[in-house]
Amino acid sequence: MAEPLLRVEKLVRRFGGIIATDHVTLEVPRGELHAIIGPNGAGKTTLIGQLTGHLMPHSGSIHLAGRDISRLPAYRRSALGLARSFQITCLLADFTAADNVALAAQARAGHSFRFFGDARKERGLREAAMSALERVGLADRAGVVVSRLSHGEQRELELAVALATKPQLLLLDEPMAGLGITESARMVRLLSDLRKEVTIVLVEHDMEAVFALADRISVLVYGRVIASGTPDAIRQNEEVKRAYLGDQHVVVRHG
Amino acid sequence: MKSAFNVRHLVSVLLVAGLLLLPLYSHLTGNVFVLTLFTRIVILALAAASLNLIMGYGGMMSFGHAAYLGIGGYAVGILAQEGIGSGFVQFPVALAVSAFYALVIGALSLRTRGVYFIMITLAFAQMAYYVASGLARYGGDDGLTIYKRSDFAGLINPGNRVQFYYLCLACLLVVVFLIWRIVNSRFGLVVQGLRSNEQRMQAIGFPGTRYRLVCFVIAGTMCGLAGALLANNTDFVSPAVMYWTRSGDLMVMVILGGMGTLFGPVIGAVAYLVLEELLSQVTEYWALIMGPLLLLIVLFGRGGIMGLLGRLSRG
Repeated sequence: MAEPLLRVEKLVRRFGGIIATDHVTLEVPRGELHAIIGPNGAGKTTLIGQLTGHLMPHSGSIHLAGRDISRLPAYRRSALGLARSFQITCLLADFTAADNVALAAQARAGHSFRFFGDARKERGLREAAMSALERVGLADRAGVVVSRLSHGEQRELELAVALATKPQLLLLDEPMAGLGITESARMVRLLSDLRKEVTIVLVEHDMEAVFALADRISVLVYGRVIASGTPDAIRQNEEVKRAYLGDQHVVVRHG
Repeated sequence: MKSAFNVRHLVSVLLVAGLLLLPLYSHLTGNVFVLTLFTRIVILALAAASLNLIMGYGGMMSFGHAAYLGIGGYAVGILAQEGIGSGFVQFPVALAVSAFYALVIGALSLRTRGVYFIMITLAFAQMAYYVASGLARYGGDDGLTIYKRSDFAGLINPGNRVQFYYLCLACLLVVVFLIWRIVNSRFGLVVQGLRSNEQRMQAIGFPGTRYRLVCFVIAGTMCGLAGALLANNTDFVSPAVMYWTRSGDLMVMVILGGMGTLFGPVIGAVAYLVLEELLSQVTEYWALIMGPLLLLIVLFGRGGIMGLLGRLSRG
């Protein structure tokens, strides 16, 4: 079998006496949209933090395209093609939308120890930025400062920034967080489009979106993966039902 | 927005024009003092502009920036003392030593953020102050008199008031020009991005500390130039130029003029030092008036003088 794009093996992360990530093993083959779900406090954010390099695991390993990245800092992982969006919007608030995306493109266009030329006039960077903005439907908002964008637009911009780094793997940490119904629907359409181009790991609370989009789903409870499989298999899984889906927290929205 | 930009533009142009014509005014009115005062203002404006690069654009609140004034000054003073009078040696050495100091201090202090960064840069500058105080051979506490100004092989005569003033002004304008290019370059956008949101910048692949450190070194080198000029201006260098209150003065100039604006620190330096001069003529207790005045500007004039100008033209 070919090497999966993302291979996580026996990952462990503790906070004091609490094991937030308990021997998590995951494989995401190229081209898959893999969703990670789990109730609040299941350790989803801790897991994402370790994948992106903001948190270091205590043991276990993470491989990206066969390469061990378990100990690399965040910026090195990004350079290897791992992009992320943040659960809580994390953008350069006093920069324009175009600047945010252009900087992401700049991070992939050689080093940035260039002190003299006007970076905002570099056509390559601006074009890359515009095409990423068009991709998420924000082209007409390019010149607007981020702090003046709506929450929904900021979520879309997060995605554009991630795309502009030309990732192999996109880690999306609750991209629907705080979105209204129409905005969510737009985001789902956008993601179902993007999945054709890039491998995606999606952490999301919106169950409807997850079951509509995912090829496979891993269920995280108390830091452990209790089940991993297709959406249908997860729906049928007794342990998942008991631990999670049967729970009243789950909102399976219709319409 | 557009008109705000234009008013700021206008004020900056007027300021530069005024500085360029100042020797003429001094000559016509026979007022020599104003030229002496403004030479010092121009030099400190250069120092403030360099501080603005890291503080305003880079978000690095260095509280030890005056150290470079001393380092640049001592480079000139010590070389002069040892019989090396050529400015073509003194100035490059002043810049190189400042850059090296910035590299070492930056590599250590840029691991920290916020208050810790402020304290650690302050601590290093105070260390430099005490080291200079201990240099018995070079005057120690009392400072070092420079008997002969830097020699530029007849190209420029620093002993001539007007020539020296224009040398300082040219240095200031070149530095402001360089800062303008830098903040709009790829490098400058990365540094400003790091100020805005470091986590985001790392997530898109920028190793933050490396870019910050280079910015820190550039600013330190520029301020070293101001130090070398200042020593020439006063014919003297002493540990006092590195004292923490001097670093504070530079910070006040930057904040007063407007952090993160190109000409803000220059306007801030002019306003601060002219005000200091005028008030000290009125009363010995000028600081009693200056303090509350600065407080008002910081409290009500967010963005300093440049911020006020922006709001005035918009309102």
